[in-house]
Amino acid sequence: MDTGSRAGIGAEAGVHTDIETGIGPGAGMRTEAGAGMRTETGAGMRTDVGTGMGAGTGVAVPTDSRPDRREGVRRKALKAAFPHTIPIFAGFWFLGMTYGIYMNVSGFSFVYPLVMSLLIFGGSLEFLAVSMLLSRFAPMQTLIVALMIQARHLFYGIAMLDRFKGMGWKKPYLIFGMCDESFSINYSAKIPEDVDKGWFMFFVTLLDQLYWVTGATLGGILGSLITFDTKGLDFVMTAMFVVIFLEQWLKEKKHYTAYIGLGASALCLCLFGPDRFMIPAMVCILAGLTLFRRQIERAGGLV
Amino acid sequence: MTFGQRVITIALCVLGTMATRFLPFLLFSSKKPTPPYIRYLGKALPSAIFGMLVVYCLKNVDLFSASHGLPELIAVIVVVALHLWKRQMLLSIAGGTICYMVLVQMVF
Repeated sequence: MDTGSRAGIGAEAGVHTDIETGIGPGAGMRTEAGAGMRTETGAGMRTDVGTGMGAGTGVAVPTDSRPDRREGVRRKALKAAFPHTIPIFAGFWFLGMTYGIYMNVSGFSFVYPLVMSLLIFGGSLEFLAVSMLLSRFAPMQTLIVALMIQARHLFYGIAMLDRFKGMGWKKPYLIFGMCDESFSINYSAKIPEDVDKGWFMFFVTLLDQLYWVTGATLGGILGSLITFDTKGLDFVMTAMFVVIFLEQWLKEKKHYTAYIGLGASALCLCLFGPDRFMIPAMVCILAGLTLFRRQIERAGGLV
Repeated sequence: MTFGQRVITIALCVLGTMATRFLPFLLFSSKKPTPPYIRYLGKALPSAIFGMLVVYCLKNVDLFSASHGLPELIAVIVVVALHLWKRQMLLSIAGGTICYMVLVQMVF
């Protein structure tokens, strides 16, 4: 639903947001549409990218005069987690505000982006939900669209099965907040030995959600008052996934699964187009990994 | 849509999202050992997923548009080069993003 985001931001877009019709009756399953995280407008709330992203490790943690050990563990995890979330801060504030503004100009109170970003916490579907809220009430279709857009989380869950083991009360929250970005960081980050893994992942997830919710709510409050002009800032998310892909690539000795992922997705993108390639791509990836399981396992090299 | 219908629509979006996030953990409880096939998938999937996410981020690049996807290509090369050189995640991401912003704002 690039349409959505695209429309949402344009400073002059105003109320005329060309409300994405993808979900209208008949349009059926233009599901992937929602995924349109790419906002292609002259956007950009003057987030000083330089400082915003380059900022170091320093986190302002309230200092306690009597720090007990548990607090030390938490502080250490927060300090370790924060730098990993800086690019997400830039990306989420940008996209979150875009989303909030889109809701605002579509006639919704800021409470909507607040509640939706808090409870759904999945950018693509939230953008799409705006158009669903503006069209005829269609509960079945809403649920199916939601399931299809979010299907990729099934993969994240499978990859995280072992890592979330023994996380106690943190586990439900870690699963709840497992968006593309939290998953990618939590899966790929090299967590230092002396940092508690549970707290690290907890803070990554919490910070990500904090950025997203504050961005969306601010956008919803400020609405069209904001004028944008940092076109291209949304590339921060692409850059982040490229780096994470590369890190994974450098870590493993054999690259069969990376080839399968890239190849299947690129092929399905060509065949099905940007709005509906994700489900076929997931099916192809699963088929590829299953068909070549013996070869991949024999070759070894999986991290 | 009435207010109630809006609430239901949002609730269904939450339900759909959470179903996909929680399902693997509900199917494979931490008490029983995970089946070998699923364990294999857990290890084999991430590289494929990250590849998929990269394609997903670039899905709206139009090779036949005026810029032929060049800004994206150049910026991705910058990200990869910076990362291979310094191996500093934030530097690679910031460098690539600034490069992309300069390209789409001033060059293309």
